[in-house]
Amino acid sequence: MKKLLTLALSPLALSLTFAAAAPVTITYWQYDYASKVDTMNKLIQKFEAQNPDIKVKQETFPYDAYNQKVATSVPAGQGPDVVNLFYGWLPQYVDSGYLQALPRADFPVKQIESSFVPMIQTSKMNGQYYALPTSVRTLALFYNKDLLKQAGVLTPPRTWEDFIAAAQKVVKGAPPRFSVLGFGIQPDGQDYHVVREVLVRQFGGSPYSKDGKQVTYDSDAGVKAMTFYTDLYSKYKLGTPNFFPGNNSYRDAFMAGKVGMIIDGSFAIGTIQKGAKFNWGVVPLPVFKGNGVRSNFGSYWVNGITKNAKGDKLAASVKFLKFLTSEDTQRTWLQAVGEIPASKKLSNDPSLRRDPVYGPFVYALPFAHSTLFVDEAGQRKAWVDAINSVILQGGSPANAVKKAATDEQKILNGYYK
Amino acid sequence: MRVRPARPGTLRRRQTRTAYTFLLVPLLFFLVVRFIPTFLALRLSLFDWNILKEQQPFVGLENYRTLLEDEKFGQALKNTALYTVIGVPLQIALGLILALMLGRIRALRGLYRALYFAPYVTPIVAAAWVWQWLFSPQFGPVNTVLMWLHIPPQAFLTSPHQALATTAGLVVWQNLGFQVVLFLAGLAAIPRSYYEAAEIDGASGGQAFWRITLPLLNPTIVFSVVTGTISYLQLFTQVVNLNFTDQGGPLGSTMTVALYIYQLAFGRYQMGYASAVTVILFVIILAITLLQLKFLTRRYDT
Repeated sequence: MKKLLTLALSPLALSLTFAAAAPVTITYWQYDYASKVDTMNKLIQKFEAQNPDIKVKQETFPYDAYNQKVATSVPAGQGPDVVNLFYGWLPQYVDSGYLQALPRADFPVKQIESSFVPMIQTSKMNGQYYALPTSVRTLALFYNKDLLKQAGVLTPPRTWEDFIAAAQKVVKGAPPRFSVLGFGIQPDGQDYHVVREVLVRQFGGSPYSKDGKQVTYDSDAGVKAMTFYTDLYSKYKLGTPNFFPGNNSYRDAFMAGKVGMIIDGSFAIGTIQKGAKFNWGVVPLPVFKGNGVRSNFGSYWVNGITKNAKGDKLAASVKFLKFLTSEDTQRTWLQAVGEIPASKKLSNDPSLRRDPVYGPFVYALPFAHSTLFVDEAGQRKAWVDAINSVILQGGSPANAVKKAATDEQKILNGYYK
Repeated sequence: MRVRPARPGTLRRRQTRTAYTFLLVPLLFFLVVRFIPTFLALRLSLFDWNILKEQQPFVGLENYRTLLEDEKFGQALKNTALYTVIGVPLQIALGLILALMLGRIRALRGLYRALYFAPYVTPIVAAAWVWQWLFSPQFGPVNTVLMWLHIPPQAFLTSPHQALATTAGLVVWQNLGFQVVLFLAGLAAIPRSYYEAAEIDGASGGQAFWRITLPLLNPTIVFSVVTGTISYLQLFTQVVNLNFTDQGGPLGSTMTVALYIYQLAFGRYQMGYASAVTVILFVIILAITLLQLKFLTRRYDT
């Protein structure tokens, strides 16, 4: 009984001693990814050494349930002080009052915009920044050097025209039974971003209005982009979606050496480095021979301060956020996790730009657009269904674009009403 | 100690009281985790309840009005009906056939029964993965067999026309084991003497089945239809795992009402609207179950 009592009291005693020493404890949430969690633990140690009066507690959750976990903690009034979020979820969390605007004194808007890469401006709402990233991601073309060489393609494609020619040489088999794909097409992978943010722009259009409230891809450029992309499947027969069953079909198939080329994000570098047992390389996303317009889809995870942080905790959270977005941390993050620094200066570093793997991703930073999502799941569905209506049901690209535009505009209207 | 003569009925009353006391605990549990949330959902469905918003305005029947025009909900409803109409009769027919055969064999009886029961205890997620590979248009053995038979390879889960049937196949295969066990128990409960009497009267095997086996299995069949229907109306896990990156796809062709509710509530945080769908699903299940109980339950004189 006595033992039980001591046991019950010990946390109390523990918290009392802490209260006496008065260090502030703040909680940090991110999703569970081994290298990120380990690196964060090391960074927290470093931060705590610099700030002996602050303790940071890291809590992690599985990736698939992460957004749910954060969302359900909001009405409960619990959760972290500093939180890691996908930038596309920001409007919902800012709207709900869950995130605090970053204090202007500590994070001046001008300074942010001069030191970070341009895509992070999607974290600015109502003229204020609500969160900042440590690292950013862009898309590029991964190619299997061995497969391309066997097919007689000696230089990786830089233009869409060469891309189609190369993929046609690599592909083996015919729909629906392929044995090797030229292009690992996967609308619900990264491809729908390529259609929206890359192809629409390369055909001379722009996918959204500047404030992000209107879709503007229901245009000639939009139809051309949809036609071009779906032709890769229907006309040129370069590959098929869901070649391998599973969650990362195209990437798994690429790592198994069954796919000539895939479009994937810099976040996939680590996985592919570990998984691909052949010679592979990376080149920037192709352009069209005629105009050479470059574009890319950029995305990033941000760290923000929640409404839970008040008083001492808020001051500690601001310090921690400054630390997380500092150039030192960005450098550590690049080395340990392999993600591109969000700072203009660091990502302009010549050794990074020349890196055969990171180079093509860094190259895309100045012209990478990040979409201002208001309902990422809903907007994604609108696009994936539109693409599938062409490649699986033989619908016309024009109708598909119109349908996507109607569906997505409805979602935007619902948010901005 | 003097034994007091018990008044008639006292013992029984005390037993009843004890029973009620014991029932109270689970009742409380059900009240808190089942009934109250159900009624809260009813209330929630009248609000524009976004989990992330601070204001949750009352909108009356607006959510239900939106539902009427929601194509995706219509599709989910249609799909769910299709799953039920395909799945329930199929698993009952196959279950009965298998149970009749398993009831006859003597050698390796346990092994056979275990084999047919295995899919039921296989984790759904694992079974869904195996199913994806089996029916992979590219590498799947099913397509390989089709090609041996000179039938063109099929797209199965990647085709908006075939995905639902392929998904229903997985569910039937998984439920079959349980269905067989139900029928085996039902068959074992039929007294042998009926068959012997029928044999003496010169009844054929077919007559014995239609006149004895099937009528006496009626309670088992009713139970199977009701529980089977409910499980198909709530279909979720298989659908999610068969197309993880486009759940309910391609093009919403495998979407079920339960999955749609989940996506609205936990993917898009529209709790009010999701609650409205839940209420509709609840009403449908209740109505169907009542109808089934009314029309399927028959008494046969034994």
